[in-house]
Amino acid sequence: MAILKVTDLKLGYNGTTVIDNLSFSVGEGDYLCIVGENGTGKTTLIKGILGLVTPFGGSVEYSDGLCRNHIGYLSQQQKLTKDFPASVSEIVMSGFLNNRLLAFSYSKKEREEALRIMKRVGVDSLCNKSFAELSGGQQQRVLLARALCAARKLILLDEPTSALDPLATADFYSIVKALSKEGMAVIMVSHDITSAVRNATHILHLSPDSYFFGTTHQYMHSPLGRRLLMPDCPCDVCAHNTEGKVQNNG
Amino acid sequence: MADFFRYPFMVNALIVGVLIAVCCALLGVVLVLKRYSMIGDGLSHVGFGALSIAAVLNISSPLYLSLPVVVLAAFFLLRITENSKINADAAIAVISSSALAIGVFIASINGTNINLQQYMFGSILSVGKSDIIISVILAVFVIAMYFLFYNKIFAITFDENFATATGIRTGFYNTVISLLTAVTIVVGMRMLGTLLISAMIIFPALTSMRLCKRFVTVILTSVVVSVFCVLSGLFTSFTFTDVPVGATIVIFNLAVFLIFLLISALHKLFTRKNKE
Repeated sequence: MAILKVTDLKLGYNGTTVIDNLSFSVGEGDYLCIVGENGTGKTTLIKGILGLVTPFGGSVEYSDGLCRNHIGYLSQQQKLTKDFPASVSEIVMSGFLNNRLLAFSYSKKEREEALRIMKRVGVDSLCNKSFAELSGGQQQRVLLARALCAARKLILLDEPTSALDPLATADFYSIVKALSKEGMAVIMVSHDITSAVRNATHILHLSPDSYFFGTTHQYMHSPLGRRLLMPDCPCDVCAHNTEGKVQNNG
Repeated sequence: MADFFRYPFMVNALIVGVLIAVCCALLGVVLVLKRYSMIGDGLSHVGFGALSIAAVLNISSPLYLSLPVVVLAAFFLLRITENSKINADAAIAVISSSALAIGVFIASINGTNINLQQYMFGSILSVGKSDIIISVILAVFVIAMYFLFYNKIFAITFDENFATATGIRTGFYNTVISLLTAVTIVVGMRMLGTLLISAMIIFPALTSMRLCKRFVTVILTSVVVSVFCVLSGLFTSFTFTDVPVGATIVIFNLAVFLIFLLISALHKLFTRKNKE
């Protein structure tokens, strides 16, 4: 059952439309990767889903019990204050705030949950450090931990691995995959197309004037997917093989 | 010192001063961290313009005009800063100097019955009963808000996009904060002066951030620093009668800031030596 339904969505910024007539849906436990060239509106789409940008037309509907405060979010560029006075645990636990009206302090259960999440992401040793003193990659992990605290049904990740080293990136993908196996819906913007195809259940490929939405399997055999996944294999056999597969499946 | 409390206007100034100091410090931390430092400056200049107009119109209590005008300006300035198309700092500077110019112009046309100097640099004598009532109500609101919603204020200040995205009503909190800032500035500027009130907002937060690394300690230290500076300023200007209170308070703020800066520099030097 779909928890997020996007219908005929028209989105843009500064008056320019970048996405037109986009429709897709995300179900519980789906792992959707959004790929596409620069400027095709991937981040704008994430913001549209979150309600940070007002659509020019169409609709974004949360259904099947999904509310705003069930969503975790990790944004692309952090325009955060450089010397913000805050400890890592303070920031991670602020992810829980969406679930309460008043918040003097956090409950024992939330503290334990936060610690578990920090361990999972590998920042538990930093928990009393000042956020400002961390490296870019460490800050990214802390913000991922915060997003995980906030996420109950859906997590949106906008190029989450851009500041991570290869090992941390691999860790990150396995965390996200495990989450989606546990039933969390994941929407991730990524330029890492091979990992996207390996991990995701669905792919949304945005191009300047069209888009592809379907399962990963369908994507791999679509013209767009083939072009990106087999870019450096010009041999006739390969080309014929992929053509063959498409025909078989088509 | 005992003399101090014999003068009712000094007691009034003390009450309003301390309450405004607390409000400025609390709101200042959020405004400085959100890069809204200049909003205080802009609002106080709009307040100056409103006071001049109130004087020309012979309104008995100028607060009746300046309060709504500055509150409106606060909403307007907040919208500008949210709209990325307009350069926020330039817009604030334009509004700020325009309001100041209008105020000076009107005051000059009207002649002698407005004391420009008093508006610009503040005066203890201008603190009346209505200021006390407003500042008590204001302080109760501000303190209650920080007490009840501390964590949400933290989240919104740290990362507004994340807070909005995950369902916190950031628009509501921003509006409340700008409303409270507007009232704080209108009440505070008559005592400290149009040109100096924004220092009360910026200095305590900036000072405490030199040494404190957690949001809660920054807030608490700001309050202590702010109240200390206001009290020191009031007593100093009482002892040396010719010294204006606003300027004295700002000088104390500057001094404390420099002391904190020095301590932080020494601390860094010391820890680096220790590591070697």
